[in-house]
Amino acid sequence: MTSTILIIGGGQAAAQAVDTLRREGFDGRLVLVGDEPHLPYQRPPLSKQFLAGELAADRLPFRHQPFYDGHRVELKLGKEAARIDRDARRVVLADGEEIAYDRLMLSVGARSRELTCPGATLAGVHYLRGIADVAAIREGLKPGSRVVVIGGGYIGLETAATARKLGCAVTALEMADRVMNRVVASSVSEYFAHEHRTQGVKIVCNTRVVRLEGTRSVERVVCADGSTYEADMLIVGVGAVPNTELAAAAGLECENGIVVDERCRTGDPAIFAAGDCTSHPSLRFGMRVRLESVDNAFEQGKAAALNMLDRPTVHDRVPWFWSDQFDNKLLIVGLSQGFDQQVLRGDPATRGFSVCYLKGGELIAVEAVNHSKDYMAARKMIADRARPDADKLADPQVALKDAV
Amino acid sequence: MPKVVFIEPSGERREIAAPVGLSLMEAGRQNGVDGIVAQCGGACACATCHVYVSPAWLAKLKPRDEMEEGMLENAWQPRENSRLSCQIPLTADLDGLEVTVPEQQG
Repeated sequence: MTSTILIIGGGQAAAQAVDTLRREGFDGRLVLVGDEPHLPYQRPPLSKQFLAGELAADRLPFRHQPFYDGHRVELKLGKEAARIDRDARRVVLADGEEIAYDRLMLSVGARSRELTCPGATLAGVHYLRGIADVAAIREGLKPGSRVVVIGGGYIGLETAATARKLGCAVTALEMADRVMNRVVASSVSEYFAHEHRTQGVKIVCNTRVVRLEGTRSVERVVCADGSTYEADMLIVGVGAVPNTELAAAAGLECENGIVVDERCRTGDPAIFAAGDCTSHPSLRFGMRVRLESVDNAFEQGKAAALNMLDRPTVHDRVPWFWSDQFDNKLLIVGLSQGFDQQVLRGDPATRGFSVCYLKGGELIAVEAVNHSKDYMAARKMIADRARPDADKLADPQVALKDAV
Repeated sequence: MPKVVFIEPSGERREIAAPVGLSLMEAGRQNGVDGIVAQCGGACACATCHVYVSPAWLAKLKPRDEMEEGMLENAWQPRENSRLSCQIPLTADLDGLEVTVPEQQG
């Protein structure tokens, strides 16, 4: 009989686990420890509407205090877990408090990867991960401010778009030869780079930052080729690192994330993990993945909750992601790694098109730009291992779901 | 504050008062309405806040845009009166709005 479930990390996975545990009848003690002083909240708006000031802070939490009170969740917010004592089944917090558990879920997320070049610790160098980061960034986003964004991935480009909408002079620097190179096809990269340039964002690819200069706060970014960019503020979006320290110190296996199986179990039968911090198997794609995604955190949080209640539940979703930049919506479903055929559907000039990825004839991923219909159809088809006809795929007049 | 009614998949009626300016989805999610999953939080990217709007109210809503249309077309059991609740901002004249949550989302 499980009497105490302890959750460390207060994001999307935790919020979902709490909901599932109570919904499924867990009646014991439920404790949620989060290192931020906020109720579990949505991160995706941080680089978009929340940064733009279009979304009030009280709309960020998934649920408000009465929900947690009503579900008898002991919230310990603004507190850090210092170590896990696996033998005694208890967690020691940084302030010395000890919490015993029967089941422990680690949903400790990921943190921003930090720059290591000279000048990286100057004031005015910002990362975007939590509410506190946004407050600091927003102060600097005034019309005419020179904002340099390092990294042309989701966070970098979404932030660049928001800063530009607020009237800043924005330059985005990307090391690779195109933006979002790790996550989308070159036609999608080109489309978004063009959109940014049309809106007045300066995008520079193939450039490596070697040094930041400034007396007290950052004033200038220096690149390997000698080029320099004057900056009032720097926003760095160069990826994320899973928070594995707590788990690793407790002797749990970690390898690009806390290693769990398809039921969110670590090697310790009392400890589970969910969300951005996990490395887990994707049965559908036949590989181990670590995903930074709302859907994954949500579904793993739910699966971990059920498994903690000894209801065997396999987590094997087709991953999906989205990004909003200016008035464009990028919708991605599946994982394109290992594809052997890429098919463009539609003309990017129409502002609505998709790129389909096939592997051995099977649809494995679709990137849809302003095309929700293809995206939704693809979600089903990829899960069903559909084998569409490449010629039909290439014809935007044929509905994607009919391209089989 | 307008009051809205969600009929949960179990058939239970949930009457909820929520401030103007929130979306119908937010009103449901904050109050733990069963079946309002809303994974993407209102970005029109997941189709997990799907509801059926009672016919009397349908005409009072701003019509679906192309993005919502595309999401719903391939959602679970779409109907004529299907909407994504994240795309419905609450206004004073929606007081009494009634929607039914489908048995499945996504």
